[in-house]
Amino acid sequence: MTDLLTRLATGRVLVGDGAWGTLLLARGLRQGEPPEGVNLTRPEVLEDIATQYLKAGADLITTNTFGGSPARLRQFGLDGQTEAINSAAVVAVRRVAQGHAYTSASVGPSGHLLKPYGDADPADIGTGFERQIRALAEAGADLLCIETMTDLAEAVLAVRAARTVAPSLPVMATMTFESTRRGFFTVMGASIELAVRGLSDAGADILGSNCGNGSEAMVAIAREFRARTARPIAIQPNAGLPQPLAGVLVYPETPEFMAEQARELLAAGVAIIGGCCGTTPAHTRALREVVG
Amino acid sequence: MSLLSDIAVSLQRGEDEQVALLVRQALDEGQEAAVILHDGLIAGMGVVGEQFREREIFLPDVLLAARAMYAGLALLKPLLAKEGVPTAGTVVIGSVRGDLHDIGKNLVGIMLAGAGFDVVDLGNDVAPERFVDAACDHGASVIGLSALLTTTMPVMKDVVELVKARGLQDRVKVIVGGAPVSDAWARQIGADAYGYDAASAVERVRALVRTPA
Repeated sequence: MTDLLTRLATGRVLVGDGAWGTLLLARGLRQGEPPEGVNLTRPEVLEDIATQYLKAGADLITTNTFGGSPARLRQFGLDGQTEAINSAAVVAVRRVAQGHAYTSASVGPSGHLLKPYGDADPADIGTGFERQIRALAEAGADLLCIETMTDLAEAVLAVRAARTVAPSLPVMATMTFESTRRGFFTVMGASIELAVRGLSDAGADILGSNCGNGSEAMVAIAREFRARTARPIAIQPNAGLPQPLAGVLVYPETPEFMAEQARELLAAGVAIIGGCCGTTPAHTRALREVVG
Repeated sequence: MSLLSDIAVSLQRGEDEQVALLVRQALDEGQEAAVILHDGLIAGMGVVGEQFREREIFLPDVLLAARAMYAGLALLKPLLAKEGVPTAGTVVIGSVRGDLHDIGKNLVGIMLAGAGFDVVDLGNDVAPERFVDAACDHGASVIGLSALLTTTMPVMKDVVELVKARGLQDRVKVIVGGAPVSDAWARQIGADAYGYDAASAVERVRALVRTPA
């Protein structure tokens, strides 16, 4: 397959996959169980989900490693298996996607607040990201997808870790913003302007936003990124914000609605359009149709 | 500016050592602990909460202000207890079973403490029984439940039902919050209140403890 960045440089827009958590739950993941545990116990489930997203037309398939940093796995006593957990997830997606789609290795937040606001030592968190990313890269990931970050300092640690241990892999780094009266900020106070500068300086190849917003707010976020960077932009909205319906929660945005907003994202010059929480293979299929 | 408003301003700036210094100074001058608490610490945290709600400041600012508040509170708590000053009430909080997210919950704890409540923080991944047991043990009149995952939100309903099953619904009220939680969800599961954010959670808790049992 053509290298991801070369492909994006031609102006080709790529489609990302959708949510994994809900599909894992539908396949027997129990409430409170670490989603990454499945990587070791039932990798065939990962292949099943990856297959669904591939069939739906995704160009990038995400690995089930969002919580795969040792700091996060420690909460379940699984940090000793960091390498095996991350490696197994990449292997499973690659088995399905190789030659058809890019294996996008997810790296989520550590789950800890860095000093001085919390107890986490930035050096430890950075070393932890290096450990996770080394395992992802050695198992054959095509790119690193650092996502759902709200602390720019932590996001920068992850991007630097990627640059250090996997210098040849493209790095996508996306943050989660809130809409405020003064514009978009993460809860930790990073503006899009600061995010662009910080992530670019750290060496991210692709910048953008995922989670926290439905597709309408993401259009505004995408436009602001476009105004501030020439690098490729990745946008992965939630299917809206969950609404209660007869005792359960449903994400309100239909594939059709999201596809309509995707036209705006294309017009804003977004290079990678995918989905986050609440999106399904049906959403991926709808995005595929719009992107072409 | 008075010493008490200096305390409030130092707290907003997150100056923990300065807040402790000023609180000691106020005590040395003979100010009552309850007055220092209300006009210094609670007043300062009130501003912090409002500014965060409007996102004029962000989580890091709140966390530093909270550290300064606790530095002052540590000095006042023993005196308040000795003088028999009643707290605003006792609230048990935690993230529900299966949910490991605690930043939002911690924020609510900070704001409640900053509003004069005694806060019993059970941490995250808390089973329904532990919430209800802790409320009984500590004489809490409110249980605050946090969930950040749509998959863990149904556990909130289990807690509400357990409170009812034990016949405590007149004495112990349940408030719910968290990014995917809504007012409509709170009503559906029979919770007594919904906190949109930390500041509104404090307002709702105040209203809940005012409601005669």
